[in-house]
Amino acid sequence: MNGYMQILFGILLSALLSENYILVKFYGICPFMGVSKKIDTALGMGMAVTFVMAIASAACWAVDSFVLQPLGLGYMQTVAFILAIASIVQVVEMFLKKSVPALYKALGIFLPLITTNCAVLGVALVNAQEGYDFLQSVINGAAGGLGFTLAIVLFASVRERVDKAECPESFKGYPITLIAAGLLAMAFMGFSGLKIG
Amino acid sequence: MNFKKQLYEGLLTKNPVLVQLLGMCSTLAITTSLFNGLGMGLSVTIILICSNVLISALRKVIPSQIRIAAYIVIIAGFVTIVDLLLQAFLPDLAESLGVFIPLIVVNCIILGRAEAFASKNGVLASAVDGLCQGIGYTVALVIMCVIRELLGAGTFGGGILNGGEGIVIIPEGYPAMQMVMPVGGFLTLGFVIGGFQWLSSRMRDKKKEAAKK
Repeated sequence: MNGYMQILFGILLSALLSENYILVKFYGICPFMGVSKKIDTALGMGMAVTFVMAIASAACWAVDSFVLQPLGLGYMQTVAFILAIASIVQVVEMFLKKSVPALYKALGIFLPLITTNCAVLGVALVNAQEGYDFLQSVINGAAGGLGFTLAIVLFASVRERVDKAECPESFKGYPITLIAAGLLAMAFMGFSGLKIG
Repeated sequence: MNFKKQLYEGLLTKNPVLVQLLGMCSTLAITTSLFNGLGMGLSVTIILICSNVLISALRKVIPSQIRIAAYIVIIAGFVTIVDLLLQAFLPDLAESLGVFIPLIVVNCIILGRAEAFASKNGVLASAVDGLCQGIGYTVALVIMCVIRELLGAGTFGGGILNGGEGIVIIPEGYPAMQMVMPVGGFLTLGFVIGGFQWLSSRMRDKKKEAAKK
């Protein structure tokens, strides 16, 4: 069991830092740029994504190993996964609206956006490619989501300052934001040697 | 319908990458060699044309409440077709683009054009729109690729020219590895968009001056 725990820990650590979904693998750049103007909203988006990524990893694993593989429909992965993710997002939205209105209010506007977040589909595809089992998939999803949250919150706090700083006219807005993101990515390169398991 | 105007919009004023900032994931991730950029650009263009045509043809049939889900299924279908074709006929490209081919499904450009254009316009206009936006996307990718490949690997046309090795411009040992790593993606796109905004603001000023005279 010891070896298995080590593998799980390795997945957790690499999804969180050395293989960070945004800054190293470039999944989910759109929300990263779109929803990182303020720390509060960035944190909300991060939590919503973490939540959906963990559930989506579990569901896509189930779809893959109970439906697609036995029927030999591996090539339908993309279609099946995106459908599963879209319906999960819909269900999560309805469930939160009914039972946890406070959380729904906090996450509400971000939930529909998550369907087209490449990080969610990306993590499901990576899980299938790497042949992770159920627990490994869920941990990869949750840790990937936490890595997303870490990156987006860090970046939001950088961006709050960058937006106020002076810079050449034609670099205002997105260009300077991208360059700041580049510097953050450079910092995350320092984790690249990190590997366990 | 005006082909020239649509092409102008796709390439410059409404360029999907440089102006609308859509589809950033693939733009940043795969622009490390000319081969990747062209392959990705062409794949997206083909999918964009097909999905625009089909969505535009079905625009009166699809109920508006479930339209997004319907669009995603249509797009995912075309992406799967392209994915399988690439794996069969261009395995090198399929391998180097990896998971970013299935991820075209969630590329905001395609869903964005479906929602903003194909759902409101005729079939032919939508096909042209898909082609123009696809060309704009491909051009932006190629610009990124050329810069990153030159600075990061010191070559030009990697994967295509010179038997796949690319033409060596900067000798080995000198190129800055960082440029083909994630850092380089962000920095290059930042500078390319910055330069693009500078150019377009200059063009605007010149037009204003000309109008004054």
